[in-house]
Amino acid sequence: MNRFILPLAAFAALIALLGVGLTLNPREVPSPLIGKPAPHFELPQLHEGAKTFTEKDMLGKVWVLNVWASWCVSCREEHPVLLDLAASGAVPLYGLNYKDKREDGLAWLKGMGDPYRLSIYDFDGKVGIDYGVYGVPETYVIDKLGVIRYKRIGPLTREIVKDKVLPLVQELGRA
Amino acid sequence: MLRDVLKEEGHSFSRLVALLLLSSALAPGVPAKEAAPAAADPALEQRVMTLSAELRCLVCQNQTLADSNAPLAEDLRNQVREKMRQGASDSEIVDYMVARYGDFVLYRPPFKLTTVLLWFGPLLLLAAGFVVLLRRVLRRRRAQDPEMTASERKRAAELLAGNEAERR
Repeated sequence: MNRFILPLAAFAALIALLGVGLTLNPREVPSPLIGKPAPHFELPQLHEGAKTFTEKDMLGKVWVLNVWASWCVSCREEHPVLLDLAASGAVPLYGLNYKDKREDGLAWLKGMGDPYRLSIYDFDGKVGIDYGVYGVPETYVIDKLGVIRYKRIGPLTREIVKDKVLPLVQELGRA
Repeated sequence: MLRDVLKEEGHSFSRLVALLLLSSALAPGVPAKEAAPAAADPALEQRVMTLSAELRCLVCQNQTLADSNAPLAEDLRNQVREKMRQGASDSEIVDYMVARYGDFVLYRPPFKLTTVLLWFGPLLLLAAGFVVLLRRVLRRRRAQDPEMTASERKRAAELLAGNEAERR
């Protein structure tokens, strides 16, 4: 009887380990950007291509940057959540239109509603690379000093907004 | 979870076939080239591919940047090429990638406190296996060589003698 206990325990430990592994999402790669200054960009705006926008314009404010594209299916799923977040006025929401055609991006906002104060236009995805974007949509919460405090890979849900984004925005707003 | 994987498409195979057909039709004997921007400098291209083979494609995860056809992988290869043209060393480019995507982009994880188990785990398991094996072998050897008491020896000798007497 005794001789079975050790292998059985080892087997149970292995099963437990693999079981925990199954609950993890391998696509959620921890971002090294958390706690680091938001990478610098200066990009044309989506609506008015002659005007530019840079992350420096937002120093002193807590804000949310959402990476989106008209070709991105999950963005469609996320869109109502963003509209609600924008309507609540809790935090300024800016968009980064990633590797999109300008007319497609504009048509998307026209058809589905525009939750963003403004969107910037990253045609070749260079700024996306600087922000470590690899799956759209992605969302960043940036604090008053321009430091990235939170990153969400994949669509925002109402739960995430309520439990993570809004409390963090409030906390950062007090600081 | 439903997530867009940067337009990752399953067409890479049909694309490859089309490319092969095209290249064999247009230029017989010339090997098919990748659709990525062709570099005039083959040595540079070699360097790009060698380094890309060390980096993970974030979209496909189990492919290297060199293997992947995902648009992001293409962009990142172009980024690597551009940096090399500007004279960046391989380790500078690796640092550039790690700063954006974390250690996960490296196919050879760095040796850190958090990765000690990753590096030595298999060795530990091997050592544990040897310990178990050694203990079993020693136990078996002991069982095959039992101690005999004096009376047992005497009885064995009698039996052997009896056998010999019978045979005679």
